[in-house]
Amino acid sequence: MSLRIVVCVKYVPDATGDRHFSDDLTTDREAVDGLLSELDEYAVEQALQISEDADDAEITVLTVGPEDARDALRKGLSMGADKAVHVEDDDLHGTDVMGTSLVLAKAVEHVGYDLVVCGMASTDGTMGVLPAILAERLGVPQVTQLSTVAVADGKVTGRRDGDAASEQLEAALPAVVSVTDQSGEARYPSFKGIMAAKKKPVETLDLDDLGIDAEEVGLEGAWTKVEDATKRPPRTAGTIVKDEGEGGTQLAEFLAGQKFI
Amino acid sequence: MSEVLVYVDHVDGAVRKPTLELLTLARRIGDPVAVHLGSGVDAAAPVLAEHGAVRVLTADAAEFADYLVVPKVDALKAAYDAVQPAAVLLPSSVECKEIGARLAVRIGSGIITDAVDVEAGDDSPVTTQAVFAAAYTTRSRVSRGTPVITVKPNSAAPEAAPVESAVEQLTFGFGESAAGTKVVGRTPRESTGRPELTEAAIVVSGGRGVNGAENFRLIEELADSLGAAVGASRAAVDAGWYPHSHQVGQTGKTVSPQLYIAAGISGAIQHRAGMQTSKTIVAVNKDSEAPIFDLVDYGVVGDLFAVVPQLTGEVKARKG
Ligand SMILES: Cc1cc2nc3c(=O)[nH]c(=O)nc-3n(C[C@H](O)[C@H](O)[C@H](O)COP(=O)(O)OP(=O)(O)OC[C@H]3O[C@@H](n4cnc5c(N)ncnc54)[C@H](O)[C@@H]3O)c2cc1C
Ligand SMILES: Nc1ncnc2c1ncn2[C@@H]1O[C@H](COP(=O)(O)O)[C@@H](O)[C@H]1O
Repeated sequence: MSLRIVVCVKYVPDATGDRHFSDDLTTDREAVDGLLSELDEYAVEQALQISEDADDAEITVLTVGPEDARDALRKGLSMGADKAVHVEDDDLHGTDVMGTSLVLAKAVEHVGYDLVVCGMASTDGTMGVLPAILAERLGVPQVTQLSTVAVADGKVTGRRDGDAASEQLEAALPAVVSVTDQSGEARYPSFKGIMAAKKKPVETLDLDDLGIDAEEVGLEGAWTKVEDATKRPPRTAGTIVKDEGEGGTQLAEFLAGQKFI
Repeated sequence: MSEVLVYVDHVDGAVRKPTLELLTLARRIGDPVAVHLGSGVDAAAPVLAEHGAVRVLTADAAEFADYLVVPKVDALKAAYDAVQPAAVLLPSSVECKEIGARLAVRIGSGIITDAVDVEAGDDSPVTTQAVFAAAYTTRSRVSRGTPVITVKPNSAAPEAAPVESAVEQLTFGFGESAAGTKVVGRTPRESTGRPELTEAAIVVSGGRGVNGAENFRLIEELADSLGAAVGASRAAVDAGWYPHSHQVGQTGKTVSPQLYIAAGISGAIQHRAGMQTSKTIVAVNKDSEAPIFDLVDYGVVGDLFAVVPQLTGEVKARKG
C-alpha cells in the first residue's frame, strides 16, 4: 500500500521584510509579502526524498491559513508534492498554536496519513512546539527536530542533535516528524514542476468540513492573549572606527572602559 | 501562597543555570516546587533548596532515557496533579519546550514559549517575549487553564533564597504512548571546557569572514582570553568550520550575553534574531556597509586577521 505523507506547511510574512502587528495584535499579513516558511521547505524536501526511496508514496501538502496561503501550497506542489489541502475559514483569524494544532490534527485525519512531516519551527511564530502537540493530539509517536530522517519497514528513524547529546531515534508508523535546516538544502522547483503544479488538485476545507466549532479557534478561542506589542527602540548609534593598525587596541580600550577586562 | 512547578534541567543531578533563573522568577508568582526527573536528585536537591524550592518532587526510571519526551510528560503531569500549581515554568530548550507543550494540551492550558521575563499579574503571570527577530517586544498572558511558560536562558540573575526543602517521590504509571519513540543510540556532546553558549556572559562569534575551520583558532583564543563562549554564523556552520551546536541565530541558539563580539559576520536578519538582545555588541568587519554595524556599541572596520589577534594580545596583557 502506498505510503501516505502529509507535510504541514505554513504561509508566513517574509522574514527579511519589515514585519508588524495589526491593531488586534495579530501578525500583520498586509504590509509584508507572504511565502512558504523557508523552514517548511526542508520538510517538503525530506518528504520528497522519503517518497523517492519508497515503492509507492503520495505526498499531500497541508496548510491552515488565509486565502493567500495557497501560494505556499503551490510552492510545495511545484517542488513535487502530489496534492494539496487548504483549510481556510474566516473564523480562523488569530488562532494560536492550540487551535492550529487542533485543525491540523483533524485535517491530517481527514486526508489519511502514515507520516506527518513538519518544519522545525515557523519563521513568524518560532515556537517549534506544534509537531509535539500534533503528535499528542493524534496519539502517535513524535520524532522531532531531526537532522536526518529515513523510512523503512514501517518505521521512521532519524538523528536528533540535542544540547547534551546526539540521539538516534526510531518509531513505528504512523508518526509525526519535524526536520531541521540541517537536514539538507531544499530543491528549487523546476520549470516542469511549476507547470505540473497548476494541474494538481487543491482541496479547500472549512471548519464545518472538519467538524470543528468556531469557538475553539480564532482570536477569541485562543488560549493565550497578547496584551501589547512595542517596537524595540533602535539601538543608539555606536562608535565606529576604521582600523589603521590600532583597531584591536582601540577595541580593548573600549572593553576595558566597559569593565569587560 | 500558591505553588509554582519548576521543571529542572540537569545533567545527572548537575542543575543547569537556566533552572536557577526559573526558580528566581517563580518566586515572584508563588512558592517554587521543583520537578527533578532522572538520576542525581541527591546532588540537585541542596542546590534547588538554596534557590528557593520549597519541595523537590522526583522520579527516576529507565524510560526517561530510553524513550523521547513522553515519559517525562507523564511524570510532569503527575506532579501537576499532585500540586495543582498556579503556573508551570520550564527552560526554553528544545526538549523542555516539547515537554511543556504536551503537558499544556493534556491539562487544557495555553502555552507561552521563549519568554524573557515573567511577572506576577492580576489574573495570571505576564510574560515578555522578543518577536519578529527581536524587532518587537510583546507582553502576553495565558488566558485559559494553568499557564505553562518556557523561559529563555539569561532572562534573570539567579538569586539565592535558601529554604528547608523536602524531597518527595512521585508515584505514577507511564501511559500507552510513553514508549512510542525509542532512543536507540546516544552520543554525548564533548565538553569544550568553555562556558555554555546560551549561559555565557560573553560570546565571541565568527562568520564567513573567518574563512576556514583552522582560522577559528583566532576566535577561540579571543574567547579564552575573555572567558567567553564561542559562537558561529550559519554560513560558518554550513561550511563545516564549526559545529552546529554553536550556531547563533534563528535556527541556532539565542544568546543574550552582557557582551557579544561578532567577527566576520554580516548581520543578516536570521543571525540578528539570535543575538540582538545582547547588552553590548561589538563587531569587526572589513565592510563598513555591513548591517551588523547598525547594532554595535563599538565597531571596527578592518581585517579580522589583524584586529582579532591584536585584541586578544591586548586582553591578555591587561589581564596580566
Ligand atoms: C530559514 C533561515 C534560517 C537561518 N538561520 C540562521 C541562523 O540561525 N544563524 C545565522 O547566522 N544565519 C542564519 N541564516 C543565514 C543568514 O541569512 C545568513 O546567510 C548568514 O547569517 C550569513 O553568515 P555570515 O554573516 O557569516 O556570512 P556573510 O553574510 O557572507 O558575511 C560575511 C562577512 O564577513 C566579512 N568579512 C569577510 N572577510 C573578512 C575579514 N578578513 N575581516 C573582517 N571581515 C570580513 C564580510 O564583509 C561580510 O560582512 C538563516 C537563513 C535562513 C533562510
Ligand atoms: N498554520 C499552519 N499550517 C500548516 N502547518 C503549520 C502551521 N503552523 C505551524 N505549522 C507546522 O508546524 C511547524 C512548527 O510550527 P510552530 O510550532 O508554530 O513554530 C511548522 O514548521 C509547520 O510545519
